Amino acid sequence: MSVTSPLPHDAAPLHVTGSARYIDDIPTPTGTLHLAFGQSEIARGRITEMDLTTVRSAPGVIAVLTADDLPFANDVSPSAHDEPLLSGGTVHHVGQAIFAVVARTHLAARKAARLGKVTYDEDEPLLSVEQAMKADSRFEDGPRIYEKGDTAAAIAAAPHVIEGSMEIGGQEHFYLEGQAALAVPGEGGDMLVHSSTQHPTEIQHKVAEAIGVPMHGVRVETRRMGGGFGGKESQGNALACICAVAAQRTGKACKMRYDRDDDMVITGKRHDFRITYRAGFDDTGRITGVEFMQYTRGGWAQDLTLPVADRAMLHADNAYLLPTARIESHRLKTNMQSATAYRGFGGPQGVVGIERVIDHIAHELGLDPVEVRKRNYYAEAPNVKGDNTTPYGQLVEDFELHGMTDALLKSSDYAARRAAIAEWNATHDIIKKGIAFSPVKFGISFTLTHLNQAGALVHVYQDGSVHLNHGGTEMGQGLFQKVAQVAASRFGIPLDMVKITATDTAKVPNTSATAASSGSDLNGMAVKAACDTIRDRLAEFLAERHQADAGAVRFGDGQVQVADATYSFAEVAGMAYAGRVSLSATGFYKTPKVEWDRIKGQGRPFFYFAHGAAITEVAVDTLTGENRILRADILHDAGASLNPALDIGQVEGGYVQGAGWLTTEELVWDDAGRLRTHAPSTYKIPACSDRPDVFNVALWDCENREDTIYRSKAVGEPPFMLGISAFLALSDAVAACGNAYPALDAPATAEQVWTAIQRVRHGV
Amino acid sequence: MDITFLLNGETVALSGVSPTTTLLDWLREDRLLTGTKEGCNEGDCGACTVMVTDASGAKALNACILFLPQLQGKSVRTVEGVSGPDGTLHPVQEAMVAHHGSQCGFCTPGFVMSMTTAHLNGATNYDDQLAGNLCRCTGYAPIIRAAEAAAEQPVPQWVRDDPSVKAPSSPFIPENADDLAAIYAKHPEATLVAGATDVGLWVTKQLRDLDPVIFLNRCDDLKTIDIDPDAVRFGAMVDMNAMGAAIADLHPSFGEMIRRYASVQVRNAATVGGNIANGSPIGDNPPALIALGATLHLRKGDGRRSLPLQDFFVAYGKQDRAPGEFVEAVSFPRQEDRLKCYKLSKRFDQDISAVCGCFNITVDNGVVSAARIAFGGMAAVPKRADAVEAALVGHPWTEATIATAQAAFDADFTPMSDMRASARYRLGSARALLARYFAEDQGQTVSVLEVSA
Repeated sequence: MSVTSPLPHDAAPLHVTGSARYIDDIPTPTGTLHLAFGQSEIARGRITEMDLTTVRSAPGVIAVLTADDLPFANDVSPSAHDEPLLSGGTVHHVGQAIFAVVARTHLAARKAARLGKVTYDEDEPLLSVEQAMKADSRFEDGPRIYEKGDTAAAIAAAPHVIEGSMEIGGQEHFYLEGQAALAVPGEGGDMLVHSSTQHPTEIQHKVAEAIGVPMHGVRVETRRMGGGFGGKESQGNALACICAVAAQRTGKACKMRYDRDDDMVITGKRHDFRITYRAGFDDTGRITGVEFMQYTRGGWAQDLTLPVADRAMLHADNAYLLPTARIESHRLKTNMQSATAYRGFGGPQGVVGIERVIDHIAHELGLDPVEVRKRNYYAEAPNVKGDNTTPYGQLVEDFELHGMTDALLKSSDYAARRAAIAEWNATHDIIKKGIAFSPVKFGISFTLTHLNQAGALVHVYQDGSVHLNHGGTEMGQGLFQKVAQVAASRFGIPLDMVKITATDTAKVPNTSATAASSGSDLNGMAVKAACDTIRDRLAEFLAERHQADAGAVRFGDGQVQVADATYSFAEVAGMAYAGRVSLSATGFYKTPKVEWDRIKGQGRPFFYFAHGAAITEVAVDTLTGENRILRADILHDAGASLNPALDIGQVEGGYVQGAGWLTTEELVWDDAGRLRTHAPSTYKIPACSDRPDVFNVALWDCENREDTIYRSKAVGEPPFMLGISAFLALSDAVAACGNAYPALDAPATAEQVWTAIQRVRHGV
Repeated sequence: MDITFLLNGETVALSGVSPTTTLLDWLREDRLLTGTKEGCNEGDCGACTVMVTDASGAKALNACILFLPQLQGKSVRTVEGVSGPDGTLHPVQEAMVAHHGSQCGFCTPGFVMSMTTAHLNGATNYDDQLAGNLCRCTGYAPIIRAAEAAAEQPVPQWVRDDPSVKAPSSPFIPENADDLAAIYAKHPEATLVAGATDVGLWVTKQLRDLDPVIFLNRCDDLKTIDIDPDAVRFGAMVDMNAMGAAIADLHPSFGEMIRRYASVQVRNAATVGGNIANGSPIGDNPPALIALGATLHLRKGDGRRSLPLQDFFVAYGKQDRAPGEFVEAVSFPRQEDRLKCYKLSKRFDQDISAVCGCFNITVDNGVVSAARIAFGGMAAVPKRADAVEAALVGHPWTEATIATAQAAFDADFTPMSDMRASARYRLGSARALLARYFAEDQGQTVSVLEVSA
């Protein structure tokens, strides 16, 4: 088969029949116990007294664990050892785990967990950017600053200057499957952990620390997640660790899954940002210099805040060559859930910042924002002359957006529609329409360079069937299918000969999280290496038998050709087994070319860039601010796609999720730091009718200029930022209500749009 | 309680069932049928959707807030029973695979059940049929493509369930209003369960132990809809889909509001009586019914009384309902349709209103002759806008009058700020809705739902 086929998700037949197993569906051993956390009711303070008598005596309760009961490490942080599994006395956010109930049923555990009587010595919580800045509450000594050229001088010399500020809300992941883990104690102190995680190795690492065994004593298995989106990169640690601790203590299997409200109250979300900006530009809209101040609320523990905030800085240019730029980033420590990874990992927030600047410039000059965008683009590969570097010093060698933009403007009939919208707005008072284009250029690679590695384990059995394993995890993105396509293609066998297996720390060790869109890039290459090792052994074995050149042995259509002979792949496997040839191999891959100094803000953090472009049309009710997406046209760069159907699925889904982030998805905390939107009744992700009525999605047909797996490109995160075009279109519609710049904040809920309309119309 | 129903075509007879056991927990924990998923445990995500068939047809329902006694005498079909006995995929399952309708797959069983039910019923308004199923991965487009692809395929015989199963009787599952009146008079402390879309959350989220519980689902005489020349009367147990269908011709804007009131699954469960009786300040039916001049009919034992609906809502969490008294019906006079219902929420579908404004304004010869305006979300109870009405009645139907009346909102309402909206927006948008009513009356396009690219 061809490697690049639009095949359905490998588990689709299991999904539609309800037989795909998630953590809570795994048959459990007799006597399995269930856990729930008792949670802090205040945002900041010290526990002065904890009376758990009624918890212990509640029906079905087997044990209640506090920090004092933890036998080894009390830490579930993925980074800075600042995240206790159970509070040791101080509490830092509403919802922080204080004690754990171990009970006979999930319901009994949940009920008992609410019976704790905890008294606190309460402190004033740090919640807002202002409060945190005033208290100098942050995760690094001071702000990080990346600079290119003399920005202040460039802005001072510019014919035009704008400045502004915007709020960009966070985002709940709302994976449909909540966090869950099941720990099954083995003999000799070993522990098997089933975890809904993007990062099995980290679960293994943290569990090993929690139960005091070497990593070899813990095996973590993840078949699939019911959605991850970054929310299962580190947030599963607490569940896996407490289950393992309880399993070690009781000798019983222990399971924990968060109820949806608990999940939303306890776990981290996308970082919200405040971005202020000042930009200088000429009469054509060409930027000469731009300064950004990025403030992000990281919550109570460091988690992944530093690399998230770094990536926001690294995407403050998006698709635009900034002759000078200065980006200052404040990573604030606040008494809220610890913000964490979320699809795009800070990149989307950085991109929103510069897109806002471009939009503001176009409004100031009365130009079509598309023209301003094109004028500021990086130079197209391979015609790179002069300065084509990012604010962090990476030369942009693979820019695709000139051609993509022109193609999308044409296919979407942008110019005519923009004119028609102007006509509509001139003749309609209540409903205004808006249209906007936004591009994305997204850097692919982990910015922590050592994470850019992957391993694989491939077995060929004597009947020619193939067992495939690698370090990547499946969360719906179709990674397993893509990688299986690679394996089938290397051996020239049908896909159904390849068995996709659960991610397992006992098969492939020391893996990186399936994150940063890197899954197929890294694991595809590792699997290719493993397959090629076995294939080369087979070729040599056959070549020797036939006195032929190993390089001339051909694998394809389920057959192997050597000299004049043709065998089925199964026959070759059987012959090789009998000939005592090893039919198992590991594969390893590390991304070339990347090197990065995050303190200096200099280097090449990214192997390559993935691109996309979107045009969205919206309607806004100027009386109420209600708004809706009418049409979206998207052209996305997935390189030479490994599976166009799966990639288009990522693009469609990413767009809707990105648009949701910037429109209806509003997180609201009250003055006491309590999250008030902690269930789908109050937190509104897009529903079916929120997708665009007209939704045209196509892939840009162009090979990756770098040598990736079959010249494909990563596609998990980049399309998320295409949703920014919806936000800009809303701004465009609001702008039709008056002369002032709308300065819309995100998310653009009906209320936020209504507020912006009042501002544009009445200056209030 | 003793409960009998069909599960995927086979009889299930249970005895000693705790009344608040949810179908979802029972399926997953007792039957080990784990295809039906828990996504939110509050009826808002649809991952637990099952198909329930009774005399009124096949309906999609959320299993997470469906108590076992509500299934008495009905048929339940889960995702495990959607494929044929020999494993043949249902057309919607095949289409979901072929059109890439699943990614992570966790919401998929729920989608398959909503789609199977819609397919069986011949419903093709997919945005509405699937409004109660959240998917975080796909952006919905491939799911809609799958639904469309499956539409022409015949309905497999195996998903057609028996609508009526012989079931044991229980005093706590009365068969009619008289029996209900008798048992409730005997147990005035009991919790009444109509559709469980609210009481379900008392159990799954507040973790309350309810006992005793009286289930109204078998009271067919409370499910009647009477449309007479003089009045329209809905029995308390009329579900919101039945009500929406009945009212669409009489007051289309009310029908449209009910479309957006909640998802198909929730509307299949939710009843008009329950929506009124729970007294929520953000229930969507009360403002519409108050604007129509509705009367509430209450019953206690053999005694009955009626009162204007607006008077039922005394204060937050307090209604004019005596122990042992229940809502039997709500009625309103037949009238020329001047009603517009405007529901403002963060999301159009399956969202609780920040503001729900219902306007019923009559204009004779260019002068406002009558006005009944009621709001949800603006006060501690569903509340009429007396001052606004006074500023309209007797005045010419003009922009100037609207402007004057808009100022009167301050006298009627002091809304609060919460996670759904600020007080400023609530008041501002309430004023704007009066302007919308006027503009719509002049023939202007006033809803973003009515425009296309």
